[in-house]
Amino acid sequence: MMKQALKTRSAKVVAFGLSLLPLGWLAAIGPDGWGANPVELFNRFLGDWALRFLLITLAVSPFARIFRLSALLRYRRMLGLFAFFYACLHLLSYLVFDQFFDWGAIWKDIVKRQFITVGMLAFLALIPLAVTSWTRIRRRMPTQLWLKLHRGIYFITGAVVLHYFMMIKADYLLASLHGAILIILLLLRMRPAPRAMATA
Amino acid sequence: MLIKVRKPWELREQDVTSQQLYVNRRQVIAGLGIAGAAAALPVSALAGAFDGAIKTDWGKDELPTSLKDITSYNNFYEFGTDKGDPKKYAHKLTTDPWSIKISGECAKPGTYALEDILKGQDVEERIYRLRCVEAWSMVVPWNGIQLSEILKKFEPTSKAKYVSFKTLYRPKEMWGQRRNFIDWPYEEGLRMDEAMHPLTMAAIGIYGDTIPNQNGAPIRLVVPWKYGFKSIKSIVEIEFTEKEPRTSWNIRLPREYGFYANVNPTVDHPRWSQAKERRIGDFFRTPTKMFNGYASEVASLYDGMDLRSFY
Repeated sequence: MMKQALKTRSAKVVAFGLSLLPLGWLAAIGPDGWGANPVELFNRFLGDWALRFLLITLAVSPFARIFRLSALLRYRRMLGLFAFFYACLHLLSYLVFDQFFDWGAIWKDIVKRQFITVGMLAFLALIPLAVTSWTRIRRRMPTQLWLKLHRGIYFITGAVVLHYFMMIKADYLLASLHGAILIILLLLRMRPAPRAMATA
Repeated sequence: MLIKVRKPWELREQDVTSQQLYVNRRQVIAGLGIAGAAAALPVSALAGAFDGAIKTDWGKDELPTSLKDITSYNNFYEFGTDKGDPKKYAHKLTTDPWSIKISGECAKPGTYALEDILKGQDVEERIYRLRCVEAWSMVVPWNGIQLSEILKKFEPTSKAKYVSFKTLYRPKEMWGQRRNFIDWPYEEGLRMDEAMHPLTMAAIGIYGDTIPNQNGAPIRLVVPWKYGFKSIKSIVEIEFTEKEPRTSWNIRLPREYGFYANVNPTVDHPRWSQAKERRIGDFFRTPTKMFNGYASEVASLYDGMDLRSFY
């Protein structure tokens, strides 16, 4: 049942809609809900969701394996692209709202502030992944190369968690939570060989 | 002949409180308090009584930040690290009764009730810029007393070179203190000449009303030329010391937060630039001024000091 439902077009549309919910929420609360410092709120909120979508994307394969729902794998690309989408908005919010195209200050930030350096590198590293997720490009690439490239998402997510940690002043609780989820997902990835799975 | 019989609930014109009395009721109540037993009146009974505070010229050209923003965007980690947390949770704090323990190098140490400390003091209104180390800023119309007027009462001795302050430690009412990301209680300190400087203030009100809990009720420090974290909230201890006191952020991240923490656009925080700030309510950043624009008043305090090493 579930497997069939996941394969329908409408299920994908629902997933697409759900993925837009954070952005919808941000729009819905409006200027009143944005509070005293909307720029800070936008930066953090969009960054949080870029990271969360990276984690959700990484969670898809272990989830599909554990619950034997291979149909879930069809959602990986969309979820990954949503991570890229929120990362773009996060970066735009920084460039436009926070710095208002003050390229001098932005360049100084990137070079001097290590947490921004790390964040910017993670973003740049995401671009080739987003571009090669295009079916046409993917088909033209050797499979091994494509897989290698896309395994980079683990490093990127690690860098994003680091970027999060580096900007904190005192309370590491939320960042640690995201970091712990990443570690769990990595451990799930280090599964025993497929043979063991078959007998499980 | 028609005789109108008035029903008990029908009020006559003469029953109406005069508009003047209604509008000025706060001053009237405050006035009664002062004429009567002002000394016996708890601070809370004077709520809203700062309408009559002595106006000063401080910040008369500044546009104050809205009360809503001042009271809903706070760094007060005792109530949680999100800026919206203090507004959500600070109502649990009881501020009455309140006393302050005075100790160290002074002639009159002891534990004093807040109303005794405030007794006979003139409450002023001063509009000050507040620059947070996180590169945002506000303009706050404070009601309070020049700190030197309070400190003088305890007769600090010649050995008193510094003053240290501590915030209340009460995890039952301040849930942020249940986790130790800061070594509670929060501590701050000033050099004696900074503490006695006419700009330094002990605030007990904002916008003419009693200071809200999330802003540091019932009494907090305001040092407008230093980053906001120096202006310690909800003070319960004041100690005069010979040596430079410990300060919480310096203990937590010594490379990032020094003892002085003077607003300085030329010395960056290791993780971000201090050259500009975002005034709450504005979209564009504005350049940060040396000593937060109070250089003509305070720059001489730091003559000959390398502000790069004494950040």
